[in-house]
Amino acid sequence: MARFLTKHLLFLLLTLLVVSLLVFTLNEFTPGAVARKILGAYATQEQVDHLTKQMGLDRPVLVRYVDYVRAAATGDLGYSTRFKLPVKDVLFKHLANTALLAAIAFACIVPLSMLLGITAGMREASRLDRAILMFSTVVASIPEFALGVFLASVFVVWLGWLPGTATLMAGGGWSVASQFVLPVAVIVLFDAGYVVSMIRASMVEVMQRPYIRTAVLKGMPFRRVIVRHALRNAMLTPITVIMLQINYLVAGVVVVETVFAYPGFGRMMLEATLFKDIALIEAGALVAVFLAVLTNILGDLAYIVLDPRIRV
Amino acid sequence: MTDASVLDVEGLRVTYATRAGEVLVLPGLDFQLRAGEALGLVGESGCGKSTVALSIMRYLGRNGRIAGGRILFEGRDLVTLDDAALRAIRGRRIAMVYQDPMASLNPVMTVGRQLMEVPMIHEGADAAAARARALAMLGEVKLADAEAVMERYPHQLSGGQQQRIVIAMALIAGPALLIMDEPTTGLDVTVEAAVLDLVRELRQRHRSAILFISHNLGSVVRVCDRVGVMYRGELVEDGSVRQIFGNPRHPYTRGLLDCLPTLGRDKRDSPLVPIAGQVEPAHVRRAGCGFAGRCAHVEAGRCTVRPIPASVVDGEPGHRVACLRAEELEHWTRRRGAAAAAHDAAPAAEPVITVHHLTKVYEPRRRRRRFGAPRPSVRALADVDLAASRRHTLAIVGESGCGKSTLAKVLSGIEVATQGGVTLDGVEVGALPIDARTAVLKRKLQMVFQSPDSTLNPSHTVGYAIGRALRLLQGRAPDDLAGAIAKLLEVVRLPPGIAARKPRHLSGGEKQRVAIARALAGDPDVIVADEPVSALDVSVQAAVVNLLTEIQAARGATLIFISHDLAVVRYLADHVAVMYLGTVAEAGPVERIFAPPYHPYTEALLSAVPVPDPEHDVARILLEGPVPSANEMPRGCPFATRCPRRVGAICDDTPPPVQRPAAGHRIACHIPADELQRLQAPLVEPAPAGR
Amino acid sequence: MSTPVTTVEALPVSPPVATRVRGRALWQRRLRALGASRPAAIGLSIILAWVVLAVLAPLVAPYRPNANDLAALAHTTPSKAHWLGTDHLGRDLLSRILWGARPVLVIAPLAVLGAAALGSLLGLAAGYYGRWIGIVITRACDIVLSFPVIILYMIILAHFGSSAWNIIGVLTLTKAPIIARIVRGMTLDLREREYVTAAKMRGESSLYIMLVEILPNARGPLVVDMCLRTGYNVIIIGALGFLGIGLPPPDPDWGGMVKDTYGMMMVWPHMALVPCAAISSLVVGFNLLAVGLRELGLRD
Repeated sequence: MARFLTKHLLFLLLTLLVVSLLVFTLNEFTPGAVARKILGAYATQEQVDHLTKQMGLDRPVLVRYVDYVRAAATGDLGYSTRFKLPVKDVLFKHLANTALLAAIAFACIVPLSMLLGITAGMREASRLDRAILMFSTVVASIPEFALGVFLASVFVVWLGWLPGTATLMAGGGWSVASQFVLPVAVIVLFDAGYVVSMIRASMVEVMQRPYIRTAVLKGMPFRRVIVRHALRNAMLTPITVIMLQINYLVAGVVVVETVFAYPGFGRMMLEATLFKDIALIEAGALVAVFLAVLTNILGDLAYIVLDPRIRV
Repeated sequence: MTDASVLDVEGLRVTYATRAGEVLVLPGLDFQLRAGEALGLVGESGCGKSTVALSIMRYLGRNGRIAGGRILFEGRDLVTLDDAALRAIRGRRIAMVYQDPMASLNPVMTVGRQLMEVPMIHEGADAAAARARALAMLGEVKLADAEAVMERYPHQLSGGQQQRIVIAMALIAGPALLIMDEPTTGLDVTVEAAVLDLVRELRQRHRSAILFISHNLGSVVRVCDRVGVMYRGELVEDGSVRQIFGNPRHPYTRGLLDCLPTLGRDKRDSPLVPIAGQVEPAHVRRAGCGFAGRCAHVEAGRCTVRPIPASVVDGEPGHRVACLRAEELEHWTRRRGAAAAAHDAAPAAEPVITVHHLTKVYEPRRRRRRFGAPRPSVRALADVDLAASRRHTLAIVGESGCGKSTLAKVLSGIEVATQGGVTLDGVEVGALPIDARTAVLKRKLQMVFQSPDSTLNPSHTVGYAIGRALRLLQGRAPDDLAGAIAKLLEVVRLPPGIAARKPRHLSGGEKQRVAIARALAGDPDVIVADEPVSALDVSVQAAVVNLLTEIQAARGATLIFISHDLAVVRYLADHVAVMYLGTVAEAGPVERIFAPPYHPYTEALLSAVPVPDPEHDVARILLEGPVPSANEMPRGCPFATRCPRRVGAICDDTPPPVQRPAAGHRIACHIPADELQRLQAPLVEPAPAGR
Repeated sequence: MSTPVTTVEALPVSPPVATRVRGRALWQRRLRALGASRPAAIGLSIILAWVVLAVLAPLVAPYRPNANDLAALAHTTPSKAHWLGTDHLGRDLLSRILWGARPVLVIAPLAVLGAAALGSLLGLAAGYYGRWIGIVITRACDIVLSFPVIILYMIILAHFGSSAWNIIGVLTLTKAPIIARIVRGMTLDLREREYVTAAKMRGESSLYIMLVEILPNARGPLVVDMCLRTGYNVIIIGALGFLGIGLPPPDPDWGGMVKDTYGMMMVWPHMALVPCAAISSLVVGFNLLAVGLRELGLRD
């Protein structure tokens, strides 16, 4: 176990270093752009050069990268030129908002997709299976912004039941809680569609295994066969995928956040890229990669817990 | 045998829905099974024997449907039973044992819990009571250390242990009927023998009726009282074991027995006779006898008019046969081999390929497992010495894990030797991987593989596969291939038109013959065949074995034939090497290997072979304990840990000396050969006198 | 020594293949096979409909995509003159949707083809050679894969600007590792097949074995996945447009059309709904085709 963890944590560290260096170098392709962005279009070239020098952006990349890593190790992630605040403050405020949204969505996605996926896969090609398969395929095919537009036109424009934005500020007579309904609904529909089809495919395969026949021919009621023999086996393959959804839910929901003006991590990153807020981009990228690798490790761990054939 | 029948199948019709429409798999089956009786159902793949089992269990899947007839079990018709009533019968009154025990057990549940489920479902037993029952049952199937076994997961048990668990699970509720569907297929021959003996013993105690389904006629003889022979969904003949194997009346039954290599048969004096033609696809049904298309005795206008009723054979009550001409056919005699050493092999020609002090060690790819303890390096071959002469067949025989496939890989250059070497026509090739071998060397040695489904690339046509081999091995130009391809196909008795087909349109036997043609493209001196017929049905196997023998003789090639099947080896080999744990236990001319003195391992192997002859009754030597794993290789004799003739500490500590009781015959054993000869009885029947 | 008796006369031969339909082109037979699965048939019809409309856009679109009909601004909802209505600048929505189908239908499949080519090569090499080549490729793919796709686009596109070629490049690079992973998995399995050993034994080169012996047998899952990836690419192209970092304006781009108009949903919901419906239907088409192809693949 200790070996497993050290190996993966080392890989995590390596990935973080590689990615941060990549992002750092990428920013070099637009020299002077940072100062230009801060000073605006009407500043003179001298002013831009001056600021560039002042910010130390004229030094070689590697030198600055080492400086950056050294500072980051002490918790100093730099200063956000867009928000005019330390990166740390901006980052964690938005990250917390996103984490809340992600947690609610994840809590809906897992039970929902397990229920639908198992139900569909346990009787392949039954009417219920076809219905669930078609439903999940179609929902997973609708881009998040389109789902947002569809749901908003019904529940906001037509019925007027829900607010069209989720700024997390009570206003316009809408509670903060009600603001969560639509963003969560969009994320859950889009993402669960994908997870359902994964679980269904795995369940269909498991149901064809001889050990399911053994269980049925023991005289076991079908429901008990599903719960006791099929369920755990059917979750083996999808468990890794499910864990990876955490990654998507935190770092991939920029579109949903934009649709509903939700002040989350993704939208922060979008603004940072549009404003060339390099310090913030860099820090955000690191957070995203950290999460990605972490969820990978979580997925592996969950698999180990479920499958006795792998023992640590 | 006056008991009432437990199972009464009457006019059972089963159809499968396929893309081509509804296919009639069982056109109307009748048979009975009395309490405590064991009935064997035999036949080749696709004859519908498994469908019979699944119909009784009412588990035909989405495509299958019982279209008519009745299955009376203890007086109730299973066909019309509702789900709840069916559940009460499944697992409790009728239980099943399956072909692949590993796949039949839930991989993520301990075997103990899987056993306990049965009494818990059917008798409402609590966990403690169910556990006690499971433990007692594990004792009955002779699993040592039952407490510990209960906590294991299936993957932690060996194949034999897994099958014992499945048998325990089937018997735990004391069923009136036990269905066994190919229960020993895929198990090693010594493990198979132990499982069959266990079934025989449990039969005495449990009084369950047994429906024993197998393609292996020998294992049926071991377990059953009666046998039914199935062909294309019909029971063509049934009767007692003695009746069927002593006096088979149906031409198909005779065909099966005639094409089956048994320990006594030899290619020289008792050639296998394949059944003509091949099984017609299930959707083709003609009037009259289903076997008429392949039968040598068919009489037009008589056999092919109306369905053939089963009639009782004169003077043999209980022996039914569905053949109009059964009474007219001459008496059948078992084809037997010659007495041992009837023809000593021709003076050994110069060897074309020799293996000297060959050792192959697999280093683990990573020193450590993904998790946990360091992996040991695996010694797959240890100091192997062999030689194969020109025009001869050297058979290498042994159970799984004995190193026979590794040997094939080293010979062919897929792996290279760790120590020692291989000399091919005077050139040392043991250290040469296939990429490093010259075109001439590649041409000299070619391989035929085991699996018909994997031997040909499904994306390429037969013609392309053979043509490519011709181009690379013979250096032919691309526009000069058609004739050569047709010629090669002719050699393996296939029509030239087959060149345009892809493998999925071929049967298993055809694919294997194409693979042989491909190997022949370069006119090799040595053909290494790794289990080339073990995946084929017996009638197809006979044709391919004959083909190999004939081609070898015609072309003067050397055949290295790797097999686990002692009967096939006995049939076609000139020389045999018996391998155990990477070493050669015994080697020599085929007649010597199959007659005393035997190496104790050879003796155990021979005694374990199921022979389809009720008269053949030898005492089985059961091997105890597991094959040692790679990291606990014995220091002395590799076989010492399981040897029934172990003499003492010397076996554990000192590698056995190689004795040479006769020319070319060597045995690696501490027991002197004369002593062995004195102790051992012949296990292969001698030829009947006055042959 | 007695000669072995040869009893080979009784060698059976399978009956000729009855399923072969003569006189039909291969693609016609393939198309017929696709009809056997309803999802595949529906999906393919949707995709083909869009392809036809996109190709014929200059002929069938009633207006130039960027032409402003200022008169229509008073009444933007669907009418006889503008079947689907106009946007906030008075541009005909139907015409913009038809023209907007063109870039998507070029970029998404091109990027998938690029990813399939690159990913197949990487996956074949990683699976066939194993050892350090395999480890390096797998790790590199893992790193690219671990990066949240949309953030990667944002960073790259924000730096290099947005153009069709940049989008294709980014999509190719980020999808290739997924394809590589699939092909590697299949290669690990297929390289153990006996026909691969047979190829080695007759002296075929590694490149031949990878491309001719292995790759064709990986095509089933590969085609299904390419189909799925095309759908996802359409989604991402739409999302990029929606975020304002997609194809540059003013040429119509479905995602960009939503971005420009979804702020006015309370007043004119149709302006955002129409492009949303268009993009959703196209993705549904690709995903249904993938479901159908998988079904058909399993059936054989």
